[in-house]
Amino acid sequence: MEKLAKILVVVLILLVAAVPLLGQQIIAQPETIELRARMPENGGWSQEFIYGLVNVPIKLRMTSDDVVHSFALAQSSLPSVEIFPGKFSETELVFDQPGEYTFYCTRWCGANHWRMRGTIVIEGPASSDQPTSVPPLFLQLGLDLDAPHFARVIPSNRPESARASERTNALPDGLTDGENIWSKSPEALWKDLKADEDLDDQSVWDMVAWGLNQQGSSGWMGQGRELYTQNCLACHSESGRGDGVMVRDLPPMNHDKMGSEATRPPDFSDPAVLLGASPALLEGKIIRGGMGTGMPYWGNIFTSEQIRSLVLYLYSFQMELEERP
Amino acid sequence: MEKAALYHFDLTRYAWLRRLLTSRWPQFILRAITLAGFVLVILTGFIGSPVGSRNFAVMFVWIAWWSALKLIMLPFGGRAWCSICPIPMPGEWLQQGWLVKPGGKMFNLGLRWPRRLRNTWLQSAGFAAIGLFSALTLTTPVVTAWIFVGLIVVAVAVSVIFEQRSFCRYLCPMGGFIGLYATMAPLELRPQPGLTPVEKGAAAREWPRGCPWINNPAALKANANCGLCLECLRTESGANMALNVRSFDAELGQPGAFRLDEAFLSLGLLGSVMIYSAVFQGPWGALKNAALNAGSGAWWSFAAFFLLASFGLLPALLAGASALVRRTGNLAQPLQMVFTLFSRALLPLGLLSWIAFTVSFAFGKLAYLWPVLSDPFGWGWNLFGTASVEWQPYLLSATPVIETVLLVTGLIWSGRTILKTAEQLGVRGERRWAAAPVLLFALAGTLTMLWLLIG
Repeated sequence: MEKLAKILVVVLILLVAAVPLLGQQIIAQPETIELRARMPENGGWSQEFIYGLVNVPIKLRMTSDDVVHSFALAQSSLPSVEIFPGKFSETELVFDQPGEYTFYCTRWCGANHWRMRGTIVIEGPASSDQPTSVPPLFLQLGLDLDAPHFARVIPSNRPESARASERTNALPDGLTDGENIWSKSPEALWKDLKADEDLDDQSVWDMVAWGLNQQGSSGWMGQGRELYTQNCLACHSESGRGDGVMVRDLPPMNHDKMGSEATRPPDFSDPAVLLGASPALLEGKIIRGGMGTGMPYWGNIFTSEQIRSLVLYLYSFQMELEERP
Repeated sequence: MEKAALYHFDLTRYAWLRRLLTSRWPQFILRAITLAGFVLVILTGFIGSPVGSRNFAVMFVWIAWWSALKLIMLPFGGRAWCSICPIPMPGEWLQQGWLVKPGGKMFNLGLRWPRRLRNTWLQSAGFAAIGLFSALTLTTPVVTAWIFVGLIVVAVAVSVIFEQRSFCRYLCPMGGFIGLYATMAPLELRPQPGLTPVEKGAAAREWPRGCPWINNPAALKANANCGLCLECLRTESGANMALNVRSFDAELGQPGAFRLDEAFLSLGLLGSVMIYSAVFQGPWGALKNAALNAGSGAWWSFAAFFLLASFGLLPALLAGASALVRRTGNLAQPLQMVFTLFSRALLPLGLLSWIAFTVSFAFGKLAYLWPVLSDPFGWGWNLFGTASVEWQPYLLSATPVIETVLLVTGLIWSGRTILKTAEQLGVRGERRWAAAPVLLFALAGTLTMLWLLIG
């Protein structure tokens, strides 16, 4: 009887120990990857790298160990997936091109939220119709992103694209060249137009606003606002003054001491700041991030179209822009 | 005899029940099952999902078992859990080489537990240590697993070095908690009333083999010392022992001694439940964070507050109240005796406070258990089709009412016991009001718990 008792105990323990092994074999789906989200201070994503193959679905099963997070795939139009503590969220990803894809958190989960990024490495044959990449304009122009770029000419009233659109028949050729608009600051564009056109100052500013307005694709305003709200607002603030909750304790930006101490971001409500910055320069700053300022790089997160929408949205802090109907 | 018959009902008078209890197999099978559950807790804690609400280790131990212990097993069965607890099993196997066969010795130095430590101080320290890390333990599966591994390792080591179930009797952190509150349980294992000196001697001769808890069964008077292992029923003089159903007040209502270590454990447990309530049910985020971030500066402050409040402030307040009773009641007994007896009288308030605290979270979190049963590791399984059951709190609107009834019951029960204790100490007649300071202490404790749980 004693022997039977001992066998019973051993068998029961072995049975329990076998549960995870057998269960994994029988029930679990081997291709499912468990991804745990934690504030960067607590370790960030549980897997910094996820590996997969071209055209083979990757099933992610995600949960949070602390606060609410959100999973998003960079440079993608896939909607983000909310990740709640104590619950599992699932999503399936398929990549048709090899490469490295960034995934990141879109919820302001903590002070270092923007560090919460990971990489999905996809291997396999590339399809022949892969688009060739063109360097962004700020690189082609060789812009110095950190040089001061304050506008000296400031409009007396807020430029409005709608006012200029009423005169579309009389708009100059310079405003139809997208690359020209994108490579020049509003102030520089204003100066060019002012030299060629016999118009009052405010009308020229309205034309500049109209020209910028033409650069956005359909829905750019909403997309730009959403991106700004999700990713920029915590530092740059809703008003664009650069006094968001994450930087309120920092001193205002001082160009003479750039890089020597952490400061607040530039004040977008100051016309000199935005009207002296070309769209290409703003695009460059978004792609590269603010070197040494704490601003993260977004080049591998946003698509070109998203960055374009965001750049145009920034100008809306100084101009009345409106989407084309 | 009349009085004893009124309050005690011998269950073992039924032959079939005595046979069931004297057979080691039913108890062994239950212990084997709980041991398997114990192993599953360790496994899920180490390799399962780290999300507490999706892991069997956290949900089963701290929601199912911990709640069932306080709501059912302890108040109605006393040390019933100790009777089927698997923790001593591996050590006992190693110690004696048997599981269902009595006697034997394998790996055991057989030392007696140090005399200075034959008390509940170590159990108090163990329970306080678990309390200090409670926010982490109750939410982190791997910590729960490490605690279980630690308990097994210590239990095995103690079994090899010391005699019998010294671990259970003197070291198990839960043992101190259960033992103290088992004083009020309506179940007891005791010698049959009216044993002759010869019969008592027969039981004593079988000691300690007849009692792994190192008692002389014939002299058993307190539930705190009896682990309900039922071994005394299985000895040759087992017929002299009885498993009785009794009134809740049967042991506490009688005059009894209470040691200083037991007094501190009683007050420490009362303080602990207040701090648990503040951490887990209170609205103070900073307190929760401090309790969770073990090792941080805030946690050290929390730890200091926890220990000072539970084992310093409450004993100091009760000592002050006891001194007032002693002075105004003109009592001749030493202050320590008055203090310890009043801390004994506060046991009902402590137990009912723990039950009320358990009600506050058990029904709210019970629904998390269903998905975990189907998916113990949190790996996406659905063994019984309950993996997708949505969380919903049970008895939400009734909970404050139940908590209030429990706490008021605790206050009334403790109040009655305080008055009875004061009377036994000599506070009678017109001087009855002298017990007021201790009554006020109990009232303040009840109001504090009501504020913490209900607001």
